[in-house]
Amino acid sequence: MARRTTQHQTRVGPTSPRARRAGALDVDALLADRTTGIIVCCGSGGVGKTTTSAALALRAAEQGRKVVVLTIDPARRLAQSMGIEELDNTPRPVQGVAGDGRLDAMMLDMKRTFDEVVESQASPEKAQQILANPFYIALSSSFAGTQEYMAMEKLGQIHRDAQKAGTYDLIVVDTPPSRSALDFLDAPERLSSFLDGRFVRLLMAPARGPAKLMTAGFSLITNSLTKILGAQFLKDLQMFVSALDTVFGGFRQRAQRTYSLLQAEGTAFLVVAAPEPDALREAAYFVERLSEDGMPLAGLIVNRASPEPESALPAAEALAGVGRLRREGAGPIAAGLLRLHADQVQLVEREQSLRERFATAHPQVPTAVVPALAGDVHDLEGLRRIGELLAAAART
Amino acid sequence: MSDWSKVRLHVVTGKGGTGKSTVASALALALAHRGANVLLCEVEGRQGIARMFDVDPLPYEERRLTTGLPDDDGGRGVVHALHIDAESALLEYLSMYYRLGRAGKALDRFGVIEFATTIAPGVRDVLLSGKVYEAVERNSRNKGAIQYDAIVLDAPPTGRITQFLNVGGEVGGLAKVGPIKTQSDTMMKLFQSPRTAVHLVTLLEEMPVQETIDGIADLKRAKLPVGGIVVNMVRPRDLSAENLAAARAGTLDREKVESEVKAAGIEVTPVLIDGLLHEAAQHAERRALEDEQREVVRDLGVPTYELPRMAGGVDLGALYEFAGLLREQGMA
Repeated sequence: MARRTTQHQTRVGPTSPRARRAGALDVDALLADRTTGIIVCCGSGGVGKTTTSAALALRAAEQGRKVVVLTIDPARRLAQSMGIEELDNTPRPVQGVAGDGRLDAMMLDMKRTFDEVVESQASPEKAQQILANPFYIALSSSFAGTQEYMAMEKLGQIHRDAQKAGTYDLIVVDTPPSRSALDFLDAPERLSSFLDGRFVRLLMAPARGPAKLMTAGFSLITNSLTKILGAQFLKDLQMFVSALDTVFGGFRQRAQRTYSLLQAEGTAFLVVAAPEPDALREAAYFVERLSEDGMPLAGLIVNRASPEPESALPAAEALAGVGRLRREGAGPIAAGLLRLHADQVQLVEREQSLRERFATAHPQVPTAVVPALAGDVHDLEGLRRIGELLAAAART
Repeated sequence: MSDWSKVRLHVVTGKGGTGKSTVASALALALAHRGANVLLCEVEGRQGIARMFDVDPLPYEERRLTTGLPDDDGGRGVVHALHIDAESALLEYLSMYYRLGRAGKALDRFGVIEFATTIAPGVRDVLLSGKVYEAVERNSRNKGAIQYDAIVLDAPPTGRITQFLNVGGEVGGLAKVGPIKTQSDTMMKLFQSPRTAVHLVTLLEEMPVQETIDGIADLKRAKLPVGGIVVNMVRPRDLSAENLAAARAGTLDREKVESEVKAAGIEVTPVLIDGLLHEAAQHAERRALEDEQREVVRDLGVPTYELPRMAGGVDLGALYEFAGLLREQGMA
């Protein structure tokens, strides 16, 4: 008997069924899963990463977990919302957490963390020398990539300590407010390639022994550098680079170890975005990079979604009504209300289509959409509310 | 008459997500009056200008981008664009000032260029802002280059702007003598002069406003000239103050709304009216928060300009609309 196969054939082309979507991100399941040991929140600047990190950490703590949240440059008000005036490099307990869990909060002090690495790696005398070098000072306090290196370094430290002492069973990490979300992941690689760079090796060579490598080409360079920058500059630079050699060899290994920690099971990446083309594009880059590097992506959080209008009246109809009222010179209140409604419908539709496009390109990514709040977070209650909204996304 | 007619260099900064690139682009269009040449620069390797104006990615080379917003009499200027990257800026600098020739190539071969631009602290910023300086203070070394009437810099975000412009402090500390030191001092003189203005973009929300306040304090400490505040994405004002207050208090006259909606030719249902009233109440609440923040911004005593939120997103047409609004309000 001939089997009817046509029904089983999958249609292709524009009318084919869409790839299976992963659906909503279940934040509570993620937090409740005891194997989740590290949550990294990443995304481009200005999308609410820090607030999201703090809200997740609080929610986990109130579900009984021992949590530390590592924030990078939080707004003063956010630190205050956790009852801490000045966050610093040491975890401080947050008061008022309900239940048996606990929450500590800290803020990355980039310079302090860097200084500690130097102090732990070099002899006291050598450490002093490095800490006073003008290149080191500028590098440790201002270089655009240092924050990323140090965030990773700190994460590695906390994780090692937590494993040894059992202080925490969950670390929530906020990532630096860089232009690109990828900077965080690229930090160890950039550090390695810097240390392996030709110029660094050349500068190190004379410090290591007889100046055999001082080729004609190289002295040409040092001469022109001296001409442009002055002799002291080169001397400081050479001293700095030779110090790098003794101190940061170990640092590179640590950064790489932290990188593999990020790839391990037990780590969950949450990509945070706003419903804007730029933020979602950054999120897409990040999602692609995570899957390339075999890193565990838990989902996408879209913050600041505009609230859905309550009535289904289409924008075009509302605006047609406004036009009619205007022609008749009547109904000032309704005209205003209908225009507001149309504006909101257009906003929501635009955001939906942006999210829809993201989902079409990345159907495997579970998503939570968090509506915009009217005001900022001022206290734990505000963070709790955001935690609820995050968790509620799974139930809708 | 523009509030900033003496300014040649407009630096536009703002917290991430406030739309500083949009504002920088609109300002460039607004400044391009009849016969004027305006240069719009970006320094963060984002190709945001190319994306916004829908052109191919920009090279390290000044390119004619588009024409400015027409004046009342139809005259318009030209907006050029430049994507500045640190490596190209360094090579250009070396050839312009030192005619390094063989040594320049050797620098590249030995990885010095890469070293200087990726890690040497502060150097990156100096190279980027140095190119901006060169565009403002064109001299005979750059033969045949356009003399610009205004330069708009789509700058790093508020948190980094003072450090970015404060080249005297950054490099001055490292290179204590020599030409770089002299040059960074000269750059600093321009950045601190009344010919520069650092404009800050904000939203009427607590966090960006707070960051604007902090940013202004930082700029003042570094003696950098604070320009205007551009308040972006302002909510629509479709309700009169009186109706707004009533909407917030929940005292809008329901029957009146019903009859007016009916007059608009829209079928009245309880769901629709409930929805409209509720939406109005929420809108009024957010408008009240905006007003609070607007007060805070006003108290800073800096000229402010407002741009509306675009429900459909910002496209090229919207940039011209924004440019028109900035001109109307006297920013350009």
